[in-house]
Amino acid sequence: MPSIRKDIRFWLNDELITLDQCSPTETLLDYLRLERRLIGAKEGCAEGDCGACTILVGRLFQGTLMYEAVNACIRFLPSLDGCHVVTVEALKDEDGGLHPVQQAMVDHHGSQCGFCTPGIVMSLYALWMTNPEPGRCQIEEALQGNLCRCTGYAPIIRAAVAISDYGSPLSDWLERERKTNFKRLIDLHDGARVVLEAEGKRAILPANLDDFSHVRLEEPHATIVAGSTDVGLWVTKEIRDLHTLIFIAHLEDMKAVICSQSHITIGAGVTYSEAKQAMSGYFPHLDAFWTRIAGPQIRNMGTIGGNIANGSPIGDMPPVLIALGADLVLRKSWEQRIIRLEDFFIDYGKQDRWEGDFVEAIRIPIPAPDSLHGVYKVSKRRDEDISSLCAAFYLGITDGLITKARIAFGGMAATPKRAAEAERTLKGKPFTRETMLAAADCLPLDFQPISDMRASADYRMRVAKNLFEQFWHDKQGTMPLEAAE
Amino acid sequence: MKQDIKTEDAIRGQVHKNLPHESAQKHVSGQADYTDDTREPIGTLHAYLGLSDVAHAKLVDIDLNACLAMEGVVGVITAKDIIAPGYNDISANHLDDEPVFPTDEIEFLGQPLFAVVARSRAEARRAAREAKITCEPLPAQIDALEAKEAGYPYVAKPLKLERGDVIKGFAGATNRIKGQMRIGGQDHMYLEGQIAFALPGEDEDMLIRTSTQHPSEAQHMVAQVLGIPSHSVTVEVRRLGGGFGGKESQMNIFCVVAALAARKFGQPVKIRPDRDDDMTATGKRHDFVVDYDVAFDEDGVIAAVEGDFMARCGYAADLSGPVTDRALFHADNAYFYPNVLLRSHPMKTNTVSNTAFRGFGGPQGVVVAERMIEEIAFALGKDPLEVRKANFYGDAGRDLTPYHQQVEDNILPRLIEEMEAKSDYQARRVDILTYNAKANASHGLCRKGLALTPVKFGISFTATHFNQAGSLIHVYSDGSIQLNHGGTEMGQGLNTKVAQVVADAFQVDIERIKITSTTTEKVPNTSATAASSGSDLNGMAALDAVNQIKGRLVAFLCEKWDVAEDEIAFLPNRVKIGEKLLSFDEVIKQAYLARVHLSAAGFYKTPKIHWDRDKGQGRPFFYFAYGAAVSEVTVNRLTGEYVIDRTDIIHDVGKSLNPILDQGQVEGAFVQGMGWLTTEELWWDKDGRLRTHAPSTYKIPLASDIPRIFNVELAEWSQNAERTIKRSKAVGEPPFMLAISVLEALSMAVASVADYKICPRLDTPATPERVLLAIDKLMEKGRCDG
Repeated sequence: MPSIRKDIRFWLNDELITLDQCSPTETLLDYLRLERRLIGAKEGCAEGDCGACTILVGRLFQGTLMYEAVNACIRFLPSLDGCHVVTVEALKDEDGGLHPVQQAMVDHHGSQCGFCTPGIVMSLYALWMTNPEPGRCQIEEALQGNLCRCTGYAPIIRAAVAISDYGSPLSDWLERERKTNFKRLIDLHDGARVVLEAEGKRAILPANLDDFSHVRLEEPHATIVAGSTDVGLWVTKEIRDLHTLIFIAHLEDMKAVICSQSHITIGAGVTYSEAKQAMSGYFPHLDAFWTRIAGPQIRNMGTIGGNIANGSPIGDMPPVLIALGADLVLRKSWEQRIIRLEDFFIDYGKQDRWEGDFVEAIRIPIPAPDSLHGVYKVSKRRDEDISSLCAAFYLGITDGLITKARIAFGGMAATPKRAAEAERTLKGKPFTRETMLAAADCLPLDFQPISDMRASADYRMRVAKNLFEQFWHDKQGTMPLEAAE
Repeated sequence: MKQDIKTEDAIRGQVHKNLPHESAQKHVSGQADYTDDTREPIGTLHAYLGLSDVAHAKLVDIDLNACLAMEGVVGVITAKDIIAPGYNDISANHLDDEPVFPTDEIEFLGQPLFAVVARSRAEARRAAREAKITCEPLPAQIDALEAKEAGYPYVAKPLKLERGDVIKGFAGATNRIKGQMRIGGQDHMYLEGQIAFALPGEDEDMLIRTSTQHPSEAQHMVAQVLGIPSHSVTVEVRRLGGGFGGKESQMNIFCVVAALAARKFGQPVKIRPDRDDDMTATGKRHDFVVDYDVAFDEDGVIAAVEGDFMARCGYAADLSGPVTDRALFHADNAYFYPNVLLRSHPMKTNTVSNTAFRGFGGPQGVVVAERMIEEIAFALGKDPLEVRKANFYGDAGRDLTPYHQQVEDNILPRLIEEMEAKSDYQARRVDILTYNAKANASHGLCRKGLALTPVKFGISFTATHFNQAGSLIHVYSDGSIQLNHGGTEMGQGLNTKVAQVVADAFQVDIERIKITSTTTEKVPNTSATAASSGSDLNGMAALDAVNQIKGRLVAFLCEKWDVAEDEIAFLPNRVKIGEKLLSFDEVIKQAYLARVHLSAAGFYKTPKIHWDRDKGQGRPFFYFAYGAAVSEVTVNRLTGEYVIDRTDIIHDVGKSLNPILDQGQVEGAFVQGMGWLTTEELWWDKDGRLRTHAPSTYKIPLASDIPRIFNVELAEWSQNAERTIKRSKAVGEPPFMLAISVLEALSMAVASVADYKICPRLDTPATPERVLLAIDKLMEKGRCDG
């Protein structure tokens, strides 16, 4: 049993904050604005979609201190234990004037009404720290989580290109103080379990993975909070009362990515941003897909495990992982239960869960060398949108014939689901356009999608079918949409 | 008295020069205060609105006991708190159709019914959900067409524009096409939501800090609902975090409720809805269903046009009358209709009352004009640009609009010629036709489209009396200048531009000038900062005030130094008096000592305009602003997804007051227009519940959505033919419609699958879904026909 600490501690700009009376569901944004009067971060949507509240969170990861842009509006205070929060108020250049990012924005007329601007500055700052000479695509990627309604973004992009004309990240104040801040965070990591009680609510931050499994057993009805990109909205949008919350985003042993000869096992706490890094070598077909998931702020918080555990029929990861034949590792106390991921989703809002268990990891077989992969997310807006539908293809081909087929869809049913009939018709056939079109024609046997604000049933079915042809096209070496001349 | 006089050649902050937004440094450092950032006095309470859950019902009872029992709750505000009869109304047109809170009928889902007041916003918000509303549901009409069929009334008086003889025009023409177009609405999605903060003072005084485009209206509404004279209410606006028309009348409910609560509890009260409630409870751009009928000859020259414009106005009039009027005013876009009959149908529906939004109905008119051009082009097998050129306004005989205003300043031919050349339109069109033909022949994934569209936009409020503005300028004895005007700063750079005008007129550096918050105490009876009019009106009003003060200074200097008026010149930061040079500071000091009045209230009213709405004739617009855009798109025929490859724009802002700020308006307006026509979809379910009510479900453009190549320039050679402020032109709204080039390019890409023989009739927003369904429809038709 680890020692227990009854407060949370984090650095806010240059100040050490210790809180023992905060509500476990108080958002960082409210804390900054209402209690600290740091008003640079704004509330635009309170759901992590507009980016007006963007701030940086520095955290220790694999022995280094890394700073990431996150949404303060859906970030609960306890999750900041052991972190360094950096707000726009702390930005400065070497002489205490405007920071290079800020000066570039002024000189390129990147603000009009100015309400989104502090958030944009923070997103560009996060980009510039890791990539001082970003290209257009990287800038757009960094801004996927920031809405601006005035400028049309053109002057912001021009500013982003020019930041390095105003200074180098090497002489940036946060870089110069990195050692100090690193040590500060190391000093905060005492290996204790944190139990914070206030206003009749309780936040528990387990000391490590094993401690989490104990806590989970003791508190089987507690809400597990990883990135809070979903749970955050339960509070800010649905005003749900959550009494006991177990925070797990800080658990480095849930972020392990382990490769064996047959499998890659991804800890449930791995964020999208971390997964992109860790999985790129094994699943190159996902490289473009990662950046279709939300914006950087959400990718820096949201976890693969959370995306599965919340059971959404439109989650981005389940179709991808089901097509790859992934298993889910569920853990209760010391006991592990491994099930096929597709079996986890029983019905809308219903998953195969045991009381006191949690999603520990996802185990993905290493794909056969002659297999074909594709993943497609179709949405109203290309970036930072929830899919109208999502499709993932896995075809095993032996001697020119399709021997294995796993095709999974999101947004087509109450759960992420495989296209069983379509898969069956593919088996034993050559990989041709005609074969794919014939399989596509079976989709109405597999799915009866619904109409909602994202898409009509008609559109969902048409596109689902067409994606079979799209996949065939892409495997012929024809150009995908984005690369089209 | 000896003094060194600086002899600069020019001041800082001249007109016609680039200058950053006056708040840019504060924006980037997070130090610009918005209403929610204002320090709250001790004891500040927070109000939160309770919204209806049904679209249409007889209201039986509102039981708020459960709300009152919640932690932190101080009390509630209901219609009963509006003491005097007849005061429960915040309709912009005084039609008495928009109660603060309804008393017997709920008219849309999301209608504010009451407010809870608590010690914190979170407590008020939580408690507002506990109300027990008893009501008897009534049939609800959500859609404009269905409302018309159900016999719903108009919310405002419809308009008819008529010129020539359409019956003859149709009878004599060789070709005729009838069609229908559905044009989607749009949420403003200002990043800063609605907010108001009421601070009670002595007597009946009420100070409201808010984020509105129309401080005077908010003032009058608060006075009306509280039953007190306007002189007791002050509305103050430092800046808006975006407005776009969404804070012209929609802020009234928040101002009024905050004031009611502040009055009732004797404490400062702030109200700020969550984004979902903001989007649910406030109006949007009107969506339209338009029936058009167009006759034309073999060259594509239009002979007659008839159009019926049906708009979903929502439950109350709000600004729907003038919005639907403006749709008709722009149904010609840049084209001459020899015979024309246009009718508006401002339909009442059980939805939120729609309101102003950049373009104010104009875009919905323009998009129909462009649809008719397309119809003609596809029917005749012509390039739509050819048809456009064949129909532009021209010389006498082809220069009258459907509202009988003569187009006197038509610079469009030159603009189009330049645009066509700069964008290399003709060569690119040939390439695209080849590309598409190849793709058709080989199961190609992508199709391309290219389109050049023009904009002609009328500048002035169509309600003539709104075309007035005031200013108040104080020159203090230290030579510093305080500038107040009636316009609101919402990001467009109005304060910067007006300060440039004042700096230029006084010939002093702009740093000397401080622009205060907009407040009804300084300038009364202002119009909304809307209709692109901000700089035109307030720039002129400020100039008038400067000229008054300068006039007094000149008279004083003439007398004191015994020189003639023409011997006095205002040079950069100094004044030449005969052979003598004095610094501006010294002149002001001397003038003060000599008891010269150094403060002036300026005024301006737009000349020349008049409008007879009953006849549908007049000169509603002082002048027109023009522009042209060329967009190229690539569409995926399997998913309907698309990329905007390139957009080129040349836009006319006359002789710009500040070119870089104007360019920002053009870029921003284009992208906002692009959002309206592509990804921004408002979706109501059958119960009348808006299901796209936050950025998670309502998708405005991102940085990655804008054209891959985006060339924007101003027509530098242009200057306003009318005597506007420094010969500039309004810029807020006109470039919004340049985005129609994207819709037309998408349409061409879709049309390619049936060899450009069928008009795709893409409704808007042209989401990937609508694009794919249009492609599939054309391919099926193509198969049937072929």
